[in-house]
Amino acid sequence: MSFEPRLIGFLCNWCSYTGADLAGTARMKYPPNLLPIRVMCSGRVDPTFILDAFRKGADGVLVCGCHPGDCHYVEGNHKCLRRIPLTKRLLKDLGIAPERVRLEWVSASEGARFKEVITEFTEQIRALGPLQLHDWTFEPAAEPAESSHTGGSR
Amino acid sequence: MAKVRITVDGKPIEVEEGAYVLDAARALGIDIPTLCYYPYMTPYAACRICCVEAQDGKGWSRIVTACNYPVWDGLEVYTGTPRVINSRRMNLEMLMASTTPSPVLQQLADQFGITEPRWKIGTEYTCILCGLCVRICDEVVGAHALSFVNRGSYRDVSTPYNLDSDACILCGACAKMCPTGHIKMEEIEKRVINHRELSLGPNAAISLPFRQAVPNVPRIYRENCIHFKTGCCMLCATVCPKECIDFREVDEFEEVDVGAIVLATGFDNFDPTPMKQFGYGKYPNVITSEEFEMMNNAAGPTGGKIVLENGEEPRAIAILHCIGSRDQEYHKYCSRVCCMYALKFAHLVTEKTNAQVYQFYIDIRSFGKGYEEFYQRILDEDVNIIRGKAAEVVPSGFRRGEEGHLLVQCEDTLIGKFREIPVDMVILCTALQARADAKEVARKFNISTGADGWFIEAHPKLAPVSTTTEGVFLAGTCQGPKDIPDTVAQGSAAAAQALKLLCQGEVLMDAAYAAVREEFCSGCRMCNGLCPYNAIEYLDDKRVSFVNAALCKACGTCVAACPSGAIVGRHFTDEQIFAQIEGMLV
Repeated sequence: MSFEPRLIGFLCNWCSYTGADLAGTARMKYPPNLLPIRVMCSGRVDPTFILDAFRKGADGVLVCGCHPGDCHYVEGNHKCLRRIPLTKRLLKDLGIAPERVRLEWVSASEGARFKEVITEFTEQIRALGPLQLHDWTFEPAAEPAESSHTGGSR
Repeated sequence: MAKVRITVDGKPIEVEEGAYVLDAARALGIDIPTLCYYPYMTPYAACRICCVEAQDGKGWSRIVTACNYPVWDGLEVYTGTPRVINSRRMNLEMLMASTTPSPVLQQLADQFGITEPRWKIGTEYTCILCGLCVRICDEVVGAHALSFVNRGSYRDVSTPYNLDSDACILCGACAKMCPTGHIKMEEIEKRVINHRELSLGPNAAISLPFRQAVPNVPRIYRENCIHFKTGCCMLCATVCPKECIDFREVDEFEEVDVGAIVLATGFDNFDPTPMKQFGYGKYPNVITSEEFEMMNNAAGPTGGKIVLENGEEPRAIAILHCIGSRDQEYHKYCSRVCCMYALKFAHLVTEKTNAQVYQFYIDIRSFGKGYEEFYQRILDEDVNIIRGKAAEVVPSGFRRGEEGHLLVQCEDTLIGKFREIPVDMVILCTALQARADAKEVARKFNISTGADGWFIEAHPKLAPVSTTTEGVFLAGTCQGPKDIPDTVAQGSAAAAQALKLLCQGEVLMDAAYAAVREEFCSGCRMCNGLCPYNAIEYLDDKRVSFVNAALCKACGTCVAACPSGAIVGRHFTDEQIFAQIEGMLV
């Protein structure tokens, strides 16, 4: 059986989530690998969300927001635009390929684009293969080790 | 100003000092014929038809020109004495002799019983040198393009050196003033109706935008107004009894505080020029539906007559549906209104002319109440309805007498045959498209537009008039193509939504907003500058930041940025999102 990547998507409520909705109501077909999480704005996406998603076993993270200039919150997506490259650098240091995180702009009317982005991203991650985290455990002295804190246990 | 008392034909009148006899006579309703007088210019006394007899009641008597003879106290004016009539006849005869009598002279001659002037020069010349054209160009228009040239019997009206004048602004005032028709606007006089020029809007310098305009007041169109070209004229301001016209007014920006906004910016008409196959702009008698509507309008340029460019009544008219709509190259959507107005056109054409009507359609979408019944009625009206989008419009005209006619080529999909229909006129039912500046407007109101440029409503089914911006509502075709009943319904709904906001006096807040947990806040103030709504303020006394929940729109930018995790985005807390990630992946 081929590798089915598990992708977490953070979609902004006003553009990308609506765009995803449109792709759905328009009965567009795209790979079911993306697991969407609604946030009010792409600016809400805390880098820890992305790190947490990888820790919990995601193979890729997609962040979608409104096109620059179209943000419902004026400039939330600009904040996101600045955070993602920094997050990528952090990921690189952690030994995670930065390509596993992707930032895309999808507007509310771009159901077809949403479909394209997801298809493409799924294929990209499929080509990269499953995420292999280094087999080490971070155990603060006070806390007993938990399996869910262990990376790469799959 | 001092008043003086005069009598005209025995009738006393009090007039202002400095007024002219003609004004006084006209105020009394006494007619004095004149050829060179215009109330808004200085009198010139060129024609001398207005001559009257002035007396002082003490035996002094004199023939004067009424138009420029100022009144004085005790003046007695007589307009019908034999001496006056004789003078007028003499002057008129001389005018007739020196020119080829024009209708206006002929009419006066009939009035004075002149059949043939005593002298005859035998000239083709029609100018009576009344100077109206020169004066209007100088005094009213302010272009100073015309003047008298030469002297004596060679006197004439012309531009400097008889050359085309740079100063002329082509306003046509001289031609309009000319009593004898000596000055003509050549092109306008000879013009046959050109469908390209069917007025789609006001073309006079001052006119109503359209008949049903609200408020129903005329406005001045800068591009056509003489005043904005030369700085003179302002005749409209002079004649307006209420002094409503103020040329000094300029566009002003006003700031208005409002509680709700309804966007009703409408649509643009699709321009079919790029669709070369239909020959719009290339062949005569290929017109858009809007132009047809204008032509069909009883107040329109043809007075509601459906005519070809050569002025004849068309024998056959083709109505082409879906021009620019349901077209992969242009707009993929259906414009919704065209089918029904195309059927209406067919009905109007058969009612007004004997022309054969051919409809070329893809599908007839008679979706509304009573629409299907109307379609059935049109079918009974002997209208040829051909299923198949017209492929091309080509000129037919090589056979004698058929020049300028058109052939509509199409595939009749019901009989599976290629057909060519000869017609005289083609009406293109053009698509409704989003306004050219829709994106700009959308950005201004922070709402979004779809791929076609129409504004997107908050929810296609549950919030069809709201937008993603609180307090901004949509009405009409700015949201998508729709017919009048739908537009009215949506407009009413938008108004109701806006009123709801205004009447409540309070705004219902979303429960999602950000809040600072003061015990965790380090007072770093990183969040302060991030908020696009200025909802976060720094409390100096507590040395923490504080989110004003009424201003917060819950975007969560500050939540993500807070280095100490002190800000909670309610309904989108870190814990909730971590739980979602976990739920998704485990």
